[in-house]
Amino acid sequence: MPSLPDMNATNVEELALRAAEQQHHDPHVQNVDLKPAFFDWLCRMGDNALIAGHRLSEWCGKGPALEEDIALANTALDLIGHAQLWLGLAAEVEDEGRDADKLAYLRDAMRFRNVQLLELPRGDIGETLMREFLFDAWHHAMLSRLTESTSPRVAEIAAKALKEVHYHLERSSDLVIRLGDGSEESHRRMGAALALYWPYTGELFESDGVDKAVIAEGIAPDPEDLRAAWDETVGEVLREATLEVPEAKGHVHTGGRSGRHTEHLGFLLAEMQFLQRAYPGASW
Amino acid sequence: MLGTLPSEAEIWDWLSEVEDPEIPVISVVDLGIVREVRWEGDTLVVAVTPTYSGCPAVAVINFAIESHLQEKGVENIRLERRLSPPWTTQWLSDEGREKLREYGIAPPIEGTGTPDQRAQRVARLEGRSSLDVACPRCGSLHTERVSQFGSTPCKAAWRCRDCLEPFDYFKCI
Repeated sequence: MPSLPDMNATNVEELALRAAEQQHHDPHVQNVDLKPAFFDWLCRMGDNALIAGHRLSEWCGKGPALEEDIALANTALDLIGHAQLWLGLAAEVEDEGRDADKLAYLRDAMRFRNVQLLELPRGDIGETLMREFLFDAWHHAMLSRLTESTSPRVAEIAAKALKEVHYHLERSSDLVIRLGDGSEESHRRMGAALALYWPYTGELFESDGVDKAVIAEGIAPDPEDLRAAWDETVGEVLREATLEVPEAKGHVHTGGRSGRHTEHLGFLLAEMQFLQRAYPGASW
Repeated sequence: MLGTLPSEAEIWDWLSEVEDPEIPVISVVDLGIVREVRWEGDTLVVAVTPTYSGCPAVAVINFAIESHLQEKGVENIRLERRLSPPWTTQWLSDEGREKLREYGIAPPIEGTGTPDQRAQRVARLEGRSSLDVACPRCGSLHTERVSQFGSTPCKAAWRCRDCLEPFDYFKCI
């Protein structure tokens, strides 16, 4: 016979903790109707972090200076940590027995949901930093809004990640300014990097049915609503970097968020997923 | 097997003997990453929060906690990852801060975790620091930041301009 809860328990603090845990229960995670969209949206967040993190990790041991090498690897580590959290929650929502590792290592390119911006080759250090900055500015704005998500699980991941992304944005802003407002050569290269990546930034603000479903539930903001904060950060930093802010309008490279990628993602995955493809289930 | 279940206070005492693998002078309790200890029947639940999301020490820390408690005779242990509220350097105990300093790591200076971004950037680009971080070796405040990112995710690289020694600063988060 199950015992009744002990009404005379004196440990008030413990009871309070338990109550807080109960509140932590997230109704969105079990919402069957929402499942496909919520899963896809979580993969978008997780894949952005994973692919951005992987590209940065490619610099490990090859950075232009020891401090930069360490900073790039640390930033990559943070992002891969975020990917674990987002994809872990995605797997829980999907409820098909997969986990974060399976999603990261055993999906093919067309199942990845990152924006195309992040899968482009790392280029030189100026290109890497420009791309990271354009993403960090968006990432910071997105996570700030997600801390108010109606999904406690989403909000807690965002709150954790935001603290780290604050440091990412600080560093990439500083370096974009330093290089943009640096030598003639570094200025020229940063200008070229900006021109290269700019047409890919539009995808960060697009929305489709997946977004509409999570927006309707109050889980995530409308990506378009992040634009003002992004414009402000990007405009301010580029001006200080003596770089010209490109025209907002123009061609937008898009499709990554629904699985249409550039040829670069396949090569990235071939390297990143090699071990699990060659030795399925390998662990240590 | 223990005859009666040890009290939570006893568990906390045992946990304060578990060293952080990266900074072996402070314990996981000093670091503030053990958030809760409770019994669920005869299973001990220990809630641990990560310092940084990608911190590679998490698995090692969990293993260290589990094996130390097992050595003490606790048979059933469940480790819970707790994300909320996110870890902050404010949870470092005073004792932990002192141990860090003695070990050669400057402890975090609070209130600087989320500064006014623009003012901070101007200061950084002019080579000034808004922080007065004392050199853990000679105590001098004549120090400078080399990089916001250091040997582990939780540290920044600094240098003393008086004794010329490089040192780690445990950065605020």
